[in-house]
Amino acid sequence: MTYDGKLRVWRGDETGGELRDYTVQVNEGEVVLDVIHRLQATQAGDLAVRWNCKAGKCGSCSAEINGKPRLMCLTRMGTFAEDEVVTITPMRTFPVIRDLVTDVSYNYEKAAALPGFEPRPRDADGQHRMQQIDVERSQEFRKCIECFLCQDVCHVVRDHEDNKKVYAGPRFLMRLAELDMHPLDTFDRRKVAQDNMGLGMCNITKCCSEVCPEGIHITDNALIPMKERVVDRKYDPLTWLGAKIGRRPHP
Amino acid sequence: MTERHFYDVVVIGAGGAGLRAAIEAHESGARTAVVCKSLLGKAHTVMAEGGIAASMGNVYPEDNWKVHFRDTMRGGKMLNHWRMAQLHAQEAPDRVRELEDWGALFDRTPAGLISQRDFGGHRFARLAHVGDRTGLELIRTLQQRVVQLGIDVFMECTVTKLLTDDTGITGAFGYRRQDGEFLSWQAPSVVLATGGIGKSYVVTSNSWEYTGDGHSLALQAGATLVNMEFVQFHPTGMVWPISVKGILITESVRGEGGVLKNSDGKRFMFDYIPPYFASETADTEEEADRWYDDHTNNRRPPELLPRDEVARAINSEVKAGRGSPHGGVFLDIASRRSAADIMKRLPSMYHQFKELAEVDITKEPMEVGPTCHYVMGGVEVDPDTAAARIRGLYAAGEVAGGMHGSNRLGGNSLSDLLVFGRRAGGSAAEYAKGKSGGGRLSDEVLAEAEEHALAPFSRRGGENPYTVHRDLQETMNELVGIIRTAPEVQQALDKIEALKVRATALSVEGERPYNPGWHLSLDLPNMLRVSECIARAALEREESRGGHTRDDFPTPTAEWGGLNLICSEQDGSIALTRQALPQMPDDLAELFEEKKQ
Repeated sequence: MTYDGKLRVWRGDETGGELRDYTVQVNEGEVVLDVIHRLQATQAGDLAVRWNCKAGKCGSCSAEINGKPRLMCLTRMGTFAEDEVVTITPMRTFPVIRDLVTDVSYNYEKAAALPGFEPRPRDADGQHRMQQIDVERSQEFRKCIECFLCQDVCHVVRDHEDNKKVYAGPRFLMRLAELDMHPLDTFDRRKVAQDNMGLGMCNITKCCSEVCPEGIHITDNALIPMKERVVDRKYDPLTWLGAKIGRRPHP
Repeated sequence: MTERHFYDVVVIGAGGAGLRAAIEAHESGARTAVVCKSLLGKAHTVMAEGGIAASMGNVYPEDNWKVHFRDTMRGGKMLNHWRMAQLHAQEAPDRVRELEDWGALFDRTPAGLISQRDFGGHRFARLAHVGDRTGLELIRTLQQRVVQLGIDVFMECTVTKLLTDDTGITGAFGYRRQDGEFLSWQAPSVVLATGGIGKSYVVTSNSWEYTGDGHSLALQAGATLVNMEFVQFHPTGMVWPISVKGILITESVRGEGGVLKNSDGKRFMFDYIPPYFASETADTEEEADRWYDDHTNNRRPPELLPRDEVARAINSEVKAGRGSPHGGVFLDIASRRSAADIMKRLPSMYHQFKELAEVDITKEPMEVGPTCHYVMGGVEVDPDTAAARIRGLYAAGEVAGGMHGSNRLGGNSLSDLLVFGRRAGGSAAEYAKGKSGGGRLSDEVLAEAEEHALAPFSRRGGENPYTVHRDLQETMNELVGIIRTAPEVQQALDKIEALKVRATALSVEGERPYNPGWHLSLDLPNMLRVSECIARAALEREESRGGHTRDDFPTPTAEWGGLNLICSEQDGSIALTRQALPQMPDDLAELFEEKKQ
């Protein structure tokens, strides 16, 4: 039931680092985060790692395990052979702070730049009325735990640092779709999505959907419908005419 | 050199209470900052699953604040501060509705209103919810509101000291995890919203952040704690695999029809209905099962008794040898609801068991057992203003005491965060008007705080903080856990004394940037201080009530029913005093007499 697991963990900071090998006890049913914690408690007290809930609900312990973006708390050691070396590295798309901890401020900057929720007024009796079927579309996207694995895997920014300036990444493009589909929201974000958030740069390879620990259909249910809505607006003849005669903003 | 910041209101903690406080302070015109140990949006509130209790009456129109108030007081075995319970019940519906104005998307009733679900101890279905991820919805909604308002957030910063002078609070001091540098926030008002203490126990549903920081900071600054002996053990934590032991299974499983069974397949909760709740609890399986569709003519299933009752019952079944293979009992929803219903109503639970235990809850029962979940005790506050007993200090959410008495009802935590978060933020902003937090914080004070925080680096050859932490967790779990006795609690106090000595001699390896060993060495004194308060109060209160069960004093007593226990710190040691419970006014007291029959 218990065995000596072989871990290879990236240790270092923004100035550089290396993969280091460790042998750590592994017990039945454990996940990668358990073993990382044991490593920290017994051999590497200063090993930097983010975590909170250890139950797949907070999205803190994102890393790359054998090269795949994953949550450490939801990756069972049982999915690897006992003699297999499990390699754990920080998310590649973000600058390293130390060891497995990266600087994810890119995501917080994009969140802050996004036009927020603008609801319609409440009904006369002080209530908002919405049907379940109408809230479910946005509810799917609100399952997002902001682990940023979709941002990490997205090839638009993964190896193209410059694109970060103009591209919000799947998580925040999905947030735009969420607001767009929100039954109470009144603000049209289609132009922002295209011009400021880089929606057009997404070429729907679905990598984001594949790594999402919540199983959200980011590409199919959020990004593609949002692209369609933007196209509708951009090529809508009335919008075009309105822009020509100065009645509407340019598409 | 310490980086200096200046605000009117500094909120410590970015869970539901902290964010709600920050929004209110900001909207009241105060320059407001939030300081939090994790990234924004990761606070423990995300773990809340079931819902927000509020008597909106969307499902049962006969529900109202008085019923909610009565349920809350009875759930807390009447030790709640009546005024907090009243404000909470009265204001919760508005706090839920305003979340919708900020973008929250709750599940709906057929009429399009916010749907409400059943939970333990609540007479009517009143928990506003989003599947079983309500906490995530709450935190994300508040987080997005905070970002939209442009409130300053200091992420991954830990406060190690509250700064005071003879006028009261002058600010807070702490470090930034990323680079290990120090910061001070000078401010006349500080709101504590730091959550709970669960990391002092081995088996807990709480995250690493729950080290009792706010409780400890308040004590050291001269404030008081009330009723620290009351710790809630949630009846249903995971028990297997061992690595996930303690992770929460939402009470909604029972609210949605799940039942508890022992190894004989018996629904044992019928054997554990206390006289106090007998008149409102079903005593046959038939009545209990009818209740899900008709609350008016049937009484509640015993699986939905308050958490303290259910946790003790599970504990007894396991002790009597009727437990599950891994030392819990069975929670069965598979045989009671269709797979489609389970997936729809409890998607996170399905996901959690599938991923972490390889159990399909639509086909098999779950194995569950009690887990340290919540501390009812906390900073003693004025109910209306959330002010602690030192000027400029406020507390809201789990870190505050009084609201939940000796036991909290499920769903009352999220509503508590919103109601008292808002009140704390508003009062803190009001108090800060025209004040600056005293004169400039002196270099000496900051230098001393720095030196104290850096001490573990200067010691060589000392113990590793992880070992001391583990020993504390085992001590609290074994000796001040769900069932207590005087000799065991006394033994825990002796052990805590020894751990305190060990904690002063810790050393940490590595450097200052993002060093979890160092961070833990600074959290440990907080955990030790709070654990001592819990143990001291648990030894003093010679009765059993709510989240405090004494095997040597197995029943509640009228005398203790009128007493709060107050912890304060004097010359570095904890002092315990008895204080009479505030008297409920007659018009509220009548609510309890009427229903007695």
